Amino acid sequence: MTDIVSPVQGVVVSKAPERRDIGLKRRYAAERRFRAYGIAAISFGLIFLAILLTSIISKGYTAFQQTAITLPIEFSEKVLDPNNKRAADPSVLVAANYPVLIRDAMIKALNLNASSRPDVRDATAMVSKGAPIQLRDMVVADPSLIGKTVNVTLLADANIDSANKGQIDLKVDEKNRKVNDKQLGWMNQLAESGALHKKFNTGLFVNGNSSRPEAAGLGVALIGSLYLMLIVLVLALPIGVAASIYLEEFAPKNKLTDLIEVNINNLAAVPSIVYGLLGLAVFINFAGLPRSASLVGGLVLTLMTLPTIIIATRAALRAVPPSIRAAALGLGASKMQMVFHHVLPLAMPGILTGTIIGLAHALGETAPLLLIGMVAFVANAPATPMEPSTALPVQVYMWANEAERAFVERTSGAIIVLLLFLIVMNFGAILLRRRFERRW
Amino acid sequence: MNMLTEAAVEKAVDQKMNTIPYKMIGQDVSVYYGEKRALFDVKLNIRENTVTALIGPSGCGKSTFLRSLNRMNDTIDNCRVTGKITLDGEDIYDPDIDVVELRARVGMVFQKPNPFPKTIYENVAYGPRIHGLARSKADMDQIVELSLQRAGLWNEVKDRVHEAGTGLSGGQQQRLCIARAVAVSPEVILMDEPCSALDPIATAKVEELIHELRENYTIVIVTHSMQQAARVSQRTAMFHLGNLVEENDTDKMFTNPDDPRTQDYIMGRFG
Repeated sequence: MTDIVSPVQGVVVSKAPERRDIGLKRRYAAERRFRAYGIAAISFGLIFLAILLTSIISKGYTAFQQTAITLPIEFSEKVLDPNNKRAADPSVLVAANYPVLIRDAMIKALNLNASSRPDVRDATAMVSKGAPIQLRDMVVADPSLIGKTVNVTLLADANIDSANKGQIDLKVDEKNRKVNDKQLGWMNQLAESGALHKKFNTGLFVNGNSSRPEAAGLGVALIGSLYLMLIVLVLALPIGVAASIYLEEFAPKNKLTDLIEVNINNLAAVPSIVYGLLGLAVFINFAGLPRSASLVGGLVLTLMTLPTIIIATRAALRAVPPSIRAAALGLGASKMQMVFHHVLPLAMPGILTGTIIGLAHALGETAPLLLIGMVAFVANAPATPMEPSTALPVQVYMWANEAERAFVERTSGAIIVLLLFLIVMNFGAILLRRRFERRW
Repeated sequence: MNMLTEAAVEKAVDQKMNTIPYKMIGQDVSVYYGEKRALFDVKLNIRENTVTALIGPSGCGKSTFLRSLNRMNDTIDNCRVTGKITLDGEDIYDPDIDVVELRARVGMVFQKPNPFPKTIYENVAYGPRIHGLARSKADMDQIVELSLQRAGLWNEVKDRVHEAGTGLSGGQQQRLCIARAVAVSPEVILMDEPCSALDPIATAKVEELIHELRENYTIVIVTHSMQQAARVSQRTAMFHLGNLVEENDTDKMFTNPDDPRTQDYIMGRFG
């Protein structure tokens, strides 16, 4: 470029000096490399998330459907109350032989030979062993049913449910299968007549735990988790926020408060099982609170969540511009007024985000609950937080340990419910954040 | 010789302004930030209904002195003030003095406009509300309107007092902060470089405002602008390295200062 070519006629343009190479190419290459690393890292994470979600959903979505058999049940007086004593002694109805009703109904529905005992046994086994209890509850609630024939929808046995969902490998030898060929034939027969069908699995959300997979549900775990969340929210949020406000705004800055701060940060990193041990020692052994109760679980999770909330709240308080504090103090606001009128409202979005992250963390926590006995088999919904209960993640853990095929899909189903809970909570956090930020 | 000059200066000053009483008196005021000493025995009196400008190079302690007048230094950890500062003859560092009440009497306007993230109305009404100055909603409306008028902002915002105060321009925000300070009816208003974040037009408005406010309030203003000090103040105090170099009538200070350092600073030879 020795020739100076002027773009404008008649104007002399200065000559570009020789410039040292300032490594532009290298710098841009470095930036491009860095971006590529970033994209790679994110894709890596997304791929695993996708794998996780697909695996859980593909395994778990079937848990939300359940096979049921609708049979015309004849509430025969001969079976239930042969001596006609129910008016005098209602307990007769409780102790009556309900399985016979189901057996008879199956024999009728499948046109079986009543004297062929193996056939009758296999056919009856297609209905859940919980079905007689369902019938009993119906009759006890309404004794006028006796003598009538009513269409009742009963749960199918878990193995039939699995077979109906196509989860049983039919190439396996019949002897090694939980469902034999005869049962499969009957199943198809019932399905064709419309008696056997799939329905939405409300039991999954309502029932307590059960050793029969078809009757096992998350009801107790949901209530337990709800109690846990309420207790953590009610205890950890006010205590955590109050502690942070005191430490951040009022406490003198000295060795002691430094020590406290370091310890709070350390507590946030303490393995959660240690909190479980602490809860066992303090709340159950020392304070004498009941084992397996969601109250104790809530207290333990509160201890575990507090550091998270305190750290988030202090960060949020610290992020409030000092000019706002100065403005309030300069007007003659007391420190308390400054904090509650100006600093806290501005810190609210951060505090809420921290709290909900802490809650979500607590919702998914299993280890400390195992130690305080919330891993118990609980079939009945707890009416108060003092009664034995489980929690969602513990239920997942318990079902994952079960051997039956039908528990596999329930485990994944429970995980889906847990994830939905978390998504709802995070969504709530975002909404709250928006709301508070709108108020400036 | 030195003693004699000081005495002579004081005498001259007293002769000129002796009719005006002292609102605040600072005696041997020293301020320490931890080990570091920021102010050295400053002796500076503030006259009532007068604008006193504090000038000096950065880090000379003028803001520190200003902040000790309403004890805003209390909010800084390990900050210590010695000496004596009085307001109407009362020692403001006396343990019996309530700092909240003091700050209601000695208001402050800061360097950067710092309105609360609330409406214009709420910004102005906040001070009167916490001090219980308004008995009714109508009372409060009146206080807000009057304060905004005093700050020369009323005409610009009267149709949108319920909109965000942070949505105003920088100059308007600063005047809103002045209105907010005025709303609690302070006796003294401290201004810490109130125009340093404003453009010349907004600055002119604020300066005009300071002129008007002087009738009702005692004003102490820290400024980096010599011109501003000359325009708005009647008295000027020059600080250097934590010492009070000279305090004088503004006219005299900018024409014939007693101390050569003042002369040098005003002429732009250092600082």
